[in-house]
Amino acid sequence: MLKNCYLSELKLGQKGIIESFTDYELSLKLLEMGCIPGEEVELIRIAPFGDPVAISVSGYILSLRKDEAATVKLRIENNVVS
Amino acid sequence: MKKLKVALIGNPNSGKSSVFNGLTGLNQKVANFPGVTVEKRIGFSKLKNRSGEIFDCEFIDLPGAYSLYPKSPEEKIPVQLLCDPQNELHPDLTIVIADGTNLKRNLFLCSQIIDLKIPVIMVVNMMDIVRFKNIEIDFPKLSATLGIPVIAMNARKQEGFAELKEAICSPYNLSDKDFIDIHSYAPEVIETIRQTINVTSNYNAFLVANNLDLISNLEMHEFKKEKIRKVCEKTNFNSSQMQARETLDRYKVITQLLNDHIASPENPIRRSYSYRIDNILTHRVWGYLIFLFILFLIFQAIFSWASYPMNLIDSAFSKISSGIIKTFPGGIFRDLLVEGILAGLNGIVVFVPQIALLFFFVAILEDTGYMSRVSFLMDKLMRQFGLNGKSLIPLMSGVACAVPAIMSARTIQNRKERLITILVTPLMSCSARLPVYTLLISLIIPANYILGINIQGLVLMMMYLIGFVAAILLAWIMKKIIRSKERSFYVMEMPTYRAPRWKTIGIHIAEKVKVFLFDAGKVIISISIILWVLSSYGPGDAFQQIENKYNSGTTGLTEKEISTKIQSEKLEHSYAGKLGQLIEPAIKPLGYDWKIGIALITSFAAREVFVGTMSTIYSVGSDESAKFTVREKMQHEINADTGGPRYSFATGISLMLFYAFAMQCMSTVAIVYRETKNAKYPIFQFLYMSAMAYLAALIAYQILS
Repeated sequence: MLKNCYLSELKLGQKGIIESFTDYELSLKLLEMGCIPGEEVELIRIAPFGDPVAISVSGYILSLRKDEAATVKLRIENNVVS
Repeated sequence: MKKLKVALIGNPNSGKSSVFNGLTGLNQKVANFPGVTVEKRIGFSKLKNRSGEIFDCEFIDLPGAYSLYPKSPEEKIPVQLLCDPQNELHPDLTIVIADGTNLKRNLFLCSQIIDLKIPVIMVVNMMDIVRFKNIEIDFPKLSATLGIPVIAMNARKQEGFAELKEAICSPYNLSDKDFIDIHSYAPEVIETIRQTINVTSNYNAFLVANNLDLISNLEMHEFKKEKIRKVCEKTNFNSSQMQARETLDRYKVITQLLNDHIASPENPIRRSYSYRIDNILTHRVWGYLIFLFILFLIFQAIFSWASYPMNLIDSAFSKISSGIIKTFPGGIFRDLLVEGILAGLNGIVVFVPQIALLFFFVAILEDTGYMSRVSFLMDKLMRQFGLNGKSLIPLMSGVACAVPAIMSARTIQNRKERLITILVTPLMSCSARLPVYTLLISLIIPANYILGINIQGLVLMMMYLIGFVAAILLAWIMKKIIRSKERSFYVMEMPTYRAPRWKTIGIHIAEKVKVFLFDAGKVIISISIILWVLSSYGPGDAFQQIENKYNSGTTGLTEKEISTKIQSEKLEHSYAGKLGQLIEPAIKPLGYDWKIGIALITSFAAREVFVGTMSTIYSVGSDESAKFTVREKMQHEINADTGGPRYSFATGISLMLFYAFAMQCMSTVAIVYRETKNAKYPIFQFLYMSAMAYLAALIAYQILS
């Protein structure tokens, strides 16, 4: 079963598919960095103070702040426990 | 011989500078692009093609960019050059450098440049890692599909340069394929622009519509700009929407293209060596300990290692000076040469060891990819004060010297955070304050121990702490005051770890040293000469009278005593001395007299000059024990108003606070100007720091006295 959540809500090691963005201006930056709708992302690291986070996307590692991650809407599999 | 202008462009971390260095060798120069503090690297090389024709190539290394939609001042430069055929730096040929392990994102920029319809060569760099990861790229097919030459390269190992040089000298055809049908996005706008100005393609026209204010050629033809603006308005041309649509369309084509030509096995991130290194370097305990250790190492290097070459430079200059004094007859010319120009030059060259050592470390941290981890670790903490995680390196280096520290702030991409870092770094207690502090502390603080702690040492530590707290606090205030026009994002690639490239690092250090010597050096030497004139000349015939007074014989003093007395009295009657007396009313509330006033003025050159000026004023010779004698003389100086000692506890604390906060350093002023390219910032910095110094000294003296 699929459900929606934001990139900032992912747990370490959890994956999701990018669906849409809530911040238009920031989305332009994320798009050109390869965060395109349909692309799979995985949360691979959280900085020691809980922010920023690092994700794996299009084959490389991208770091972004939590409030920036909160603008990326994802589709995730509900029952998968990582 | 054919002249060829070649531009290198690519994503950050694609190894662009390795390719540039490989093509040009050491035959390169660095400047800023006009009006901005973005480095412009130009290199030259003569290439020969198979038929013996020689090409005189000028390579320009454009700042790293992810797309032709600028999100930072660095990214604006490629747009200005590539989208404006009238720009004097518009290239005849563009080389796109792509990281072979991440072709998807790198091809995005490349596809934009192909669509501009300017000659392009694509370099797929980092082939060593591509092979290591078993990524198979079908180069002939990729080249055919893109319609441009594609060259495999491992710039670190010098592989692929022969092929690249060959391609540069070969005739090229423009790709006749468009990645996307840009014309259908905004037909009317594109047609209008093509009719109005000289552009290379539909996509070029489209980018002009998106970046109207960046095309300098249009500034001269306001009516053309107006015409384009009108048609954009009429057709509801929405730049952001266009950009999003274009990005999505491009990635669709690129994804298809990669499926066709590249076989990439599953490379789980967790198995990569970078991921494993990060397990340690971004660890909640080890990560910070290691970063602390690196900061400690940098600090040691510029504080203590650099002192050996710095002493050598100082002694070399003093040898030259005494040599000149011996060979030339005395007079204005000799004095200007020795006390003005040579002293100024000495003051510039002496910074070189610190700059070289700091940039040795900074370049390694940048080149290996560690710097982005510093941001990752420290961002949450530093963000609250308007600073960047990377600001810690300039701030810590500032404890040794603000000049190299401010230069190292270039690693911070965010404009506002970089500016704040530059503005507060001089508040950190630098090594030039140390002689001032030690002299004053020895005067006013007893050398006693409390609970086994040396009080003098404790006070010295407090002074360092005050500097640090002030820097952080001011950063926080400036975060509230400074308004940034552009919205900036943290979003940042965490590059794969790589071994440092020593040649690139060497070139980088040489560049920084050169920039400092020639750009900041000009300002420093001018101020040095002005200060020399102020302190060696006086109004009227005062100087002559002093000479006459002492040279009339029968003073009963030794020759040395006479010359120090003459020096002291001359300083008192010089313009600097007059200025010191002039400002006495203003500094009296701080507990200072005109003698301290003179020291405040002369030590604008550098803080440690305070000690030297004090020695001259209290007419002690400049021999080994000068420090002790000046200390004793100052100790016995009486304040005529209070009857107590001149250097009371209150005055001492007030003076130390003044030196803690005041921008008493012309080299810092010069470098801030060089690094911000705007006189507004060094002036603002000078004013706010002086105001802070005055207020702190005033409050301290009034409370303590």
